[in-house]
Amino acid sequence: MTSTLEATPSPAAPASPGDGLMRAAFVAELTALLAEDPRTALVLADISADSFAPAAHRHPDRVLNVGIREQLMIGVAGGLALTGLRPVVHSYAPFLVERAYEQIKLDLDHQGVGAVLVSIGASYDRPEAGRTHLSPADVALIDTLGDWTVHVPGHPDEVPALLRATVAGDAPAYLRLSILTNDRPRGNDGSLQVVRDAGPGAPLLVAVGPLLDPALAAVEQLPVTVAWTHRPRPFDTAGLRALAGTEVILVEPYLAGTSSRVVAAALADRPHRVLALGVGREDLRRYGTAGDHSRWHGLDAAGLRRSVTAFLAPWATPSR
Amino acid sequence: MDFNLQTSRMTMMTASTGPLTVGSPETGAADAPPARARLPEPVAPLFERIRAGRDLGANTYSTVDVLWVLYDRVLRITPATVDDPDRDRFLLSKGHAVDGYYAVLAATGFVPAEWLDDPTSATSRLGGHPDRTLVPGVEIGSGSLGHGLGLGVGTALGLRAQGLLTPRVYVLLGDAELDEGSNHEAIAYAGATGLDSLTAVVIDNGSATHGWPGGIAARFTANGWTAATVDGHDHDALHTALTERTAHRPHVVVAVVSKEV
Repeated sequence: MTSTLEATPSPAAPASPGDGLMRAAFVAELTALLAEDPRTALVLADISADSFAPAAHRHPDRVLNVGIREQLMIGVAGGLALTGLRPVVHSYAPFLVERAYEQIKLDLDHQGVGAVLVSIGASYDRPEAGRTHLSPADVALIDTLGDWTVHVPGHPDEVPALLRATVAGDAPAYLRLSILTNDRPRGNDGSLQVVRDAGPGAPLLVAVGPLLDPALAAVEQLPVTVAWTHRPRPFDTAGLRALAGTEVILVEPYLAGTSSRVVAAALADRPHRVLALGVGREDLRRYGTAGDHSRWHGLDAAGLRRSVTAFLAPWATPSR
Repeated sequence: MDFNLQTSRMTMMTASTGPLTVGSPETGAADAPPARARLPEPVAPLFERIRAGRDLGANTYSTVDVLWVLYDRVLRITPATVDDPDRDRFLLSKGHAVDGYYAVLAATGFVPAEWLDDPTSATSRLGGHPDRTLVPGVEIGSGSLGHGLGLGVGTALGLRAQGLLTPRVYVLLGDAELDEGSNHEAIAYAGATGLDSLTAVVIDNGSATHGWPGGIAARFTANGWTAATVDGHDHDALHTALTERTAHRPHVVVAVVSKEV
């Protein structure tokens, strides 16, 4: 039996199919937005400062690099928002969300103001850097707050429209960019989008963001309906109720189980079973590639297929 | 007046420590704050109203003079301009100094005096720490230490970015609050970028557990701020220090007060 911790690269999960493309799309679109709308501001803590140098040159009062000071980065965003600006805050996911969590809670949420947090370095995008640069818990942390919108695009071409629509509003939002992408973009308003319909009553698999392609490959031979979303918060619970039968499978590119509570609440009045797949909690203390980590967390097509098959026919699968 | 209230005003004796005063809202000579904490005339009755006989810590009294000088003589804000983009901003970072703050807000007409009668009750807008969404004139919700200065830096930057160059941003902190590292992120950045619309006020009652060897002002001036250290009860000295400003340099006023009431 093959160990799930085997280090051989998997052809089904290339290491970095879209390395930096979402980030590049974000930089280009935000640079344009800063020029178009004087309400837009950007706060950085050194990360990506080089990429925004032209924008900073043109708008020195609205492109603010505070240095490596993440608490101040969020505090400044809160202050900017208090004066009526629309701050975008950008850094690596662990430094943006985890390092200054109380600032997000108090300097934004508690003040009753919003900002658009945009991260790169999702989950295991940069595993060679080790645990300090991994942040699978970011969406779960944001989910402890009030009414945040969370966008997890699945393709670089989805980023500009998402960013533009989010910056145009006032609400707090988290935009989670990744090097992992699907083969093609699928933009919509964030409601569940049926990609593969297995008919009434079929098990429903909901794939979030860049995990659609491996999820589709995983259930190719299985009678499973597949729906996709780039917006896990607010989760499309109406769409979920319309599509779900008895079995619901969540495939999320961040901490496993992040959306379990939402699904449980949405289906509280019906008997149902949920399988929540995502990134595990354990610090693996291994480097390697993003493809390696996809496989180790069971999020490549083969791993997803194993988990889904066992969930749908537990009596037919030897216990592990 | 009923018998119980009369009793509560009485001075009682204990075996070992002598007279023990029991407070009541109707302040008599026996339970007035000690001479060191004489409060500004317009604030005193309102402070006593919210104090309601409670025994408040020295740090509550030590902030009132600075708050009063700010609201009475420095800040360009009135109850009519709480939403004016061009107003000065006052951010209370040490959110526990709240009784004096509410009393000053009542004395200056931002909140009705009646609000002082049931602070922190289930229906009150006045909490043990202030909430900007509940109290007119309160610019930030605070309580957890180390958040006000970063928000103040952002506020000053936001005003500047919109061409609002008249308003000043004042942030009130405590010397122990400076223990929080987030303040030092803000101090370094505001100094480096010459954020001259920002004035920090540090109430120094010597309560930082490990102290500030070399002085509090030095923490700021090392980063390019101007600084004035004054008696935190001397209204004229406070006024002079609070209205100082230098182009391209943020300013700090260290208001020294006694640790004792």
